Amino acid sequence: MAALLRRIRRELFPTRGDAVLSVALLGLITLAGFGFLHWALFQARWLVIQANATLFAVGRYPIEQQWRLWLLLWLLVAATGLSWGVLRSHPRRDRTGALWPRNDRLAAVLLGVVGLWVPWALGLDLSLQSRWWGLVILLLLVRWLAGRFGRRFGSLGPRLVALTWPVLYLLGMVLISGGLGLVSVSPSEWGGLLLTLLEASFAILLCFPLGVLLALGRRSELPLLRWGSVLYIEFIRGAPLITLLFLGQNILGFLLPGGLAPERVWRAAWVLTFFAAAYLAEAVRAGLAAVPGGQFEAARSLGLSYPQTLAKVVLPQAMRVALPAMVGQFISLLQDTTLLSLIGLMELLGTARTVMANPAFLGKNAEVYLTLAVLFWCCCAALGLGSRALERRLDPQTVPSST
Amino acid sequence: MSQPSTEPMIEARAVEKWYPNGFHALRGADLTVNRGEVVVIMGPSGSGKSTFIRTFNALEDFQKGQISVDGIALSNDLRNIDAVRREVGMVFQQFNLFPHLSVLENLTLAPVLVRGRPRAEVEGQARRLLERVGIAEQAEKFPGQLSGGQQQRVAIARALCMEPRILLFDEPTSALDPEMVREVLEVMQALANEDITMVVVTHEVKFARHVAHRVVLMSEGVVVEEAAPEVFFTNPSHQRTRRFLDQIL
Repeated sequence: MAALLRRIRRELFPTRGDAVLSVALLGLITLAGFGFLHWALFQARWLVIQANATLFAVGRYPIEQQWRLWLLLWLLVAATGLSWGVLRSHPRRDRTGALWPRNDRLAAVLLGVVGLWVPWALGLDLSLQSRWWGLVILLLLVRWLAGRFGRRFGSLGPRLVALTWPVLYLLGMVLISGGLGLVSVSPSEWGGLLLTLLEASFAILLCFPLGVLLALGRRSELPLLRWGSVLYIEFIRGAPLITLLFLGQNILGFLLPGGLAPERVWRAAWVLTFFAAAYLAEAVRAGLAAVPGGQFEAARSLGLSYPQTLAKVVLPQAMRVALPAMVGQFISLLQDTTLLSLIGLMELLGTARTVMANPAFLGKNAEVYLTLAVLFWCCCAALGLGSRALERRLDPQTVPSST
Repeated sequence: MSQPSTEPMIEARAVEKWYPNGFHALRGADLTVNRGEVVVIMGPSGSGKSTFIRTFNALEDFQKGQISVDGIALSNDLRNIDAVRREVGMVFQQFNLFPHLSVLENLTLAPVLVRGRPRAEVEGQARRLLERVGIAEQAEKFPGQLSGGQQQRVAIARALCMEPRILLFDEPTSALDPEMVREVLEVMQALANEDITMVVVTHEVKFARHVAHRVVLMSEGVVVEEAAPEVFFTNPSHQRTRRFLDQIL
């Protein structure tokens, strides 16, 4: 206690001027905090969120088909628990790995609290509430099992787990849109968080290979390839996304083979992909530039072919450098999906605008926008946390061997 | 010291190279290196010695003249270049180890990928090579965790793991702290006693004197003097060599 007091004194009140500043700032923060809490607890009418929870989650997805989304959610949660546990059971070889490090215990507690509180606060049916509890329990159970027994499968474990994600993504596409015996649900009926995440993940997954190819093209020795890449990157970066989105709705039908962009939803997804690829290419190019030329020469002198040199030597190092910038790009891509509401798609912001236009919920803009902000913040925080974990995992705890 | 044969491994004839900026780096350089021979190339900086040995494994192209390595003529044919690079190992001034791979993976990458050999077999060979260069216990570490001398020994082992018939050294000790030079030179000296053909660009006079079969002086893009080390250092035939030796001895 005395130590705490000493620390407060040292950090907040070292001089008279600092003390004044500290008190003023603390006062401001308290005032704003109380104001916000008072609004959130007593004035705000959260009914607008409670009544439209499903709309915000999946838009106008047909109710009798929503079991497919629940199934997908169960699978996603199981896969998350599996990956989490298996990663912890295979620590990097130069580090000792605790099965439940402090951050993991913290995350488990946080998930438990959020999983219990949010469904209750949304006033969901008890049957729906219990599903969410079930999801949290499944996550932690699979996490525990995978951590406990993951080592038995040796190095095969992580590889299999890595494989589940692309499989799950394709399966998810089928579950959402139908096919393989399922009733088809038209993309115009997708909405809310579902559509936001779908558009963002589609663009993130596809802009990655495209961006790497563009970055390589820009460094190529073939003039046609180089100038083509430069032209593409500079054109896309010079145009506002919203313009490209409107343009895409009009011309993408002619540019892409017929089956690829039949719907507004898919056209928008392709525009997002092409847009993000140009920015990503610049991030990757910076990464490539950070790899010393000696690395290339060493790989070539060992007899590696050009593709082998890229895949095994140059790109792994470039990606580690480019990763923070790339994740920044992904985060802004996720936020850019709100622009889709302007071309009439019912993603999160589009859904919010229809809700606010409903006479029953007039004037409840603050509640809606705050909820949206928190939802986006959660998604971006997850991306950020994931990337930092990946960065730590890729970092061989070394300084580069060559300068 | 094993005696080299007279079968030529590298034959360079009147090699000329211009850099893209117009600099005339090689102006008709000639050199023949026989199988099992250790040739040291010396010369002032800018004399083209590094450029010259980098043409031997096609890291640099050249515009005039001919080079043949182990009977394969170097041309713009990519298949020839790949074939030559498999036979010729190279050790660089800056080590150029792959920092994202462990020491062991640095050694096994190319044999597994390029020669298609089974990983287990290559790992065994890699560990034996690491033992030979005196760093068997570092196999699981990453290059950034090693000293410069250790890194250069890993680089030598990495080149050897491809079982090349020729090893090129491009100033292998120039980037090292003085106390680490010796450990690298000792490894190179041990190699010289084997059947492998070595071409070494270096300023290490002691190494040239005691290990080389022949010492070559390059100046302004041509080979000026070629002689056995005892002749080269005591009784060179060219004025240019004497001036160079005055500066470094």
